[in-house]
Order: sequence, then C-alpha cells, then structure tokens
Amino acid sequence: MRLASDEVRHIAALARVAMTDDEVERMRGELSDILGHFDTLQQVDTTGAEPTGHSAGLETVMREDVPDASTPRDDILANAPRTEDGFIRVRAVLE
Amino acid sequence: MELSDLTIGQAGYLLAQGDITSTELTMAVLDRITAVEERTKAFVTVTETLAMEQAEAADRRIKAGDAQPLTGIPMSLKDNMSTRGVVTTCSSRMLEDFVPTYDATVARRLYGEGAVMVGKGNLDEFAMGSSTENSAFHSTHNPWDLDRAPGGSSGGPAAAVSAGEAVYSLGSDTGGSIRQPAGFCGVVGLKPTYGLVSRYGLIAFASSLDQIGPITRDVADAAIVMNAIAGYDRRDSTSIDYTPPDYTQSLGKDVRGLRVGVPREYFVDGMEPGVESAVREAIRVLGDLGAIVEETSLPHTPQALAVYYIIAPSEASANLARYDGVKYGYSAKDASSMWDALEKTRQEGFGPEVKRRIMLGTYALSSGYYDAYYLKAQRVRTLIRQEFDEEFQKFDVLVTPTSPTVAFKLGDKTEDPMAMYLNDIFTQPANIAGVPAVSVQGGMVDGLPVGLQFTASHMQEETLLRVAHAYEQATEWHRLRPNI
Repeated sequence: MRLASDEVRHIAALARVAMTDDEVERMRGELSDILGHFDTLQQVDTTGAEPTGHSAGLETVMREDVPDASTPRDDILANAPRTEDGFIRVRAVLE
Repeated sequence: MELSDLTIGQAGYLLAQGDITSTELTMAVLDRITAVEERTKAFVTVTETLAMEQAEAADRRIKAGDAQPLTGIPMSLKDNMSTRGVVTTCSSRMLEDFVPTYDATVARRLYGEGAVMVGKGNLDEFAMGSSTENSAFHSTHNPWDLDRAPGGSSGGPAAAVSAGEAVYSLGSDTGGSIRQPAGFCGVVGLKPTYGLVSRYGLIAFASSLDQIGPITRDVADAAIVMNAIAGYDRRDSTSIDYTPPDYTQSLGKDVRGLRVGVPREYFVDGMEPGVESAVREAIRVLGDLGAIVEETSLPHTPQALAVYYIIAPSEASANLARYDGVKYGYSAKDASSMWDALEKTRQEGFGPEVKRRIMLGTYALSSGYYDAYYLKAQRVRTLIRQEFDEEFQKFDVLVTPTSPTVAFKLGDKTEDPMAMYLNDIFTQPANIAGVPAVSVQGGMVDGLPVGLQFTASHMQEETLLRVAHAYEQATEWHRLRPNI
C-alpha cells in the first residue's frame, strides 16, 4: 500500500509533530514500506480470539487513599523550561 | 584476572573475605572506563563521584557485617531508568537535561542493597532500535569488534558488561532489547516475566511489553540480580503480587529429563549459517546432559513482527504524547503560538526513528484503521500467547537462536528501517506473550559471539536459570572476554 502525502500530513498533525516537505516525503516512503509488511496479518484467522491488552492478566488495581509526601516544588520546577514566581509558565492557550 | 573482569559472585567473595575493598574494585572499574570508553562509548553519563561515595558507604557496611550479595559491586543502569539527581536522558535531545526527582524502583532496590552505580548506559533513543545507533548522542561500539554494533536498544549496558566497564547492568526489553545486545556482546541477558520486575521509574516506551532485567557475565550473576529486583511494587499497577523464590537455588541442578522444544520457525531462510550450526551444537550439548530434545512448531511466529510493530508504536505514540515542552524536557524557542511550540518541540526534540514509530502508532490507532491494525494485532497477540501456553504443556523450555545473525557492522542497516526491524524476529514473541526468556553465550562465529535463547512459561524463571546454568557450565563460551 502507498500512503499519500496528505495522509502523512494528517497523521503528523494528529501526532503534533511539525514536518518539512522533505520529511513528509521520506516518511511517506518508509511508512508505506513498513505497512506493506503488515498486510500478512489480515490473512490470519482470528475468529473467536479476544484482543490481548497486556499479558499479566491483572484487573484494575486499587490502593488505599492515604496522604504521602509529595515531591518538593523546587525539584519539579528545576526541570521546567519556563518558570515565573514559582509556577510553570505556559504560552497563551486562547488566542 | 583484572578486578574489572570479575563476576558478581567472584567479587562478592573477595569483598566478604576482606581481600579487596569496594573502593578498590570501583576504582578498578572506573580506570577501565577511562581506558576503553573512548572506543566503546557505552555510557551517556559516568557517575564517578557518586560511585566513590557509594563504594565508601559499601565498605563501611561490609565492615559492619551488614553486606548483601550486591553490596559494593559496581553496576550501570540503562539511561531510561530514573535516578534521583542524576541526569536521565533516554539518549534523546528531548530529555538531554532532565534530572529525575525520584528513583526508579529498581534503582532504589539496588541502592538499598549497597550497590555502586558507575554510570548510565547508552541506548537507542527511547529504547527504539536494535543497534544503539539511534542514540541522539553517539553510537556504542561492540567490544568484540569496534566496527560492529553492540545490538540494542540496551547496547550501552551490554557493551559495558562485556568490556569490563561495569560488573553488571540493568537493561529494559520491549522486543528483545536486553537479549539481542547480550547475544551480540557475549554476555547473559534475562527478560523476566511481564509484571515480575517493577516498571516504576522506567521511562515508558510500550507499557504492555516493557520489562527490566539483568545483563551479566554469567547465569549465576543473573540469579543474584533477580533476587534483588524481582517482586511486587504497589507503585506499578501491572506488578504481580508474588513473593519470588531465591533464584540462586536454581543453579547447579542437572537437566536430566527436562523437556526441551526446538521450534522449527526459528530456523529461517536468511539466517547466518554459522549461527544455525552453533545453535544446533548447543542443542546437542543439552541432549548430552540428559535433556529430552524434540522438534516442535509455533506456526504464528512469522506474524510476531507485524504484531509487535503495530502494538509497540501504538503504545509509544500515546506514551510519548507527554513530551510537550511545558513541564520538562526540550522546548522549542521560536514559536508563534502554543500549538506551534508543541509541534516544533516534537519536531526538534525527537530523532527520526522515534518520529517514525509515533507516526506508525498514530496511524494504527487513527479512525478507520484501528480495527484493521491495532485490534487485529491484539487478536493475533492472543493466538501467539495461546500457542506458547500449548507448547509449555509439552515442554519445560524452548531453545532457539537469540538473533538470526551475529553483530552486524555499524551503518549497515541505518538506511533501511525494515532491515533493522527484522533483527528482532526471534525475541519479540516472548514480549508479546509476556513469558520470560534469557540469552546466553552459545558459541562463536568468526570471532563474534552467538546468542542462545531459552524461553519458559510465565513465572518459570527458575526453570530458565536452571537450564541456562547447566548449559553454560557444560561449555567454555562464558569464560571468553573481548580483547579490547
């Protein structure tokens, strides 16, 4: 199967990754090649096979809701690209 | 023998006897790093100061009679395991300056035993790759032949153990990332049952497949490390509530009557003839030791690659959505708006393979393709699991090559993503099924190590270690060290 350039741009937009035209073309070829190898899956008879999410066979785990020490604010802020007055600074969400 | 070439068992004995101190051992390993690191490039960060502090603390602990099996032994962690106060990069520009605020559970457990950390090992960016060439910083070189790849994604941790730059390492394995580099570098790599070792603090790649395990110089060392890291952790919601046995009790037992299956799908066209003959010879050794060896079949094996390369990128595309340049990590400087900043941050912060997988996963999960790709892959995953379950009714372990080839040349596969993906065809099935598997040294081809893989049923690490140890002790391969 061959992806169209517009499809690649659409996926990149969903994934929130900016791409140059060159990157789009390169990705188009590589993804098409890789997806072509996956076509074999369509021939597998999966009648009656439930999907497996993960293999540990565990149900959702609950724990007691007890207060615990949290991470010091300054440790968290030390990793933030932009801070101001003890807060993380973000760009305007609403234009 | 050099101090830096000792196994955990040997070093532990000398430390307990008072023949050496952890400070001496740690200095020997740090000297070794200074001598060879320029050639191997196994590390992203060498933590010399921390290591010497931990070594001195270990010496006090040994003196006080409070030593554990890993007290004072120098090790390295793959650089996708969070270490408080020590930069943890995932070999990505995205996390180049990231300093975790807490320790991964495995780090906490090793520190609790008095371990000494000499550094953080290089990996393919976000553990996506099979050669460590996808590291954003530098490629790691195979200690057996510096022109060749160490495998990946735990190439740094495996090369470090092979070259004497760490006595043992922890790696992570999503589709073979512990076992394949262990095989390429001539060391032991164990991927435990999914859920046996806590993933808390492991930077997520594909959460239903990721598992941490030991990379060591012999099988006994793998058992010692498993004793320290296996077991329930309330901070990991997929941790199995289970009290692990003493894995060293599996060592030194014979394999008479053990049922060993040899699946024919693991001997494929295009595999290196030298690898096949080495593995056939290893299988003969098992027979001589009294194991009952029979050929068998896992017919869905050829589908594992497609299942893996749909499920792993799908999970990755969700896990890596968190890298937005706001709370931590790389952040694009010149952006006109919030959305522009987000898209540029991810364009500039992620390397080509990470983007490829995010794109693949986003596609497989997107409207109109979800059923055909992701859901279909999850259904075939069920068939692969069932197939293993049926085999383990008949056999205690399966024996296969770890990889179809020995270590390939650096640069050989970087231009062809699909050729790189084909490296993992023998290791991915264990992750898909969640079962444990180990790679041990199974021979040499033209001066390069061959990985021999054993796979067992869920939570049967004891059987795995028993057969791996019996094979290892019957051969001399594990005594070989690269001449670097």
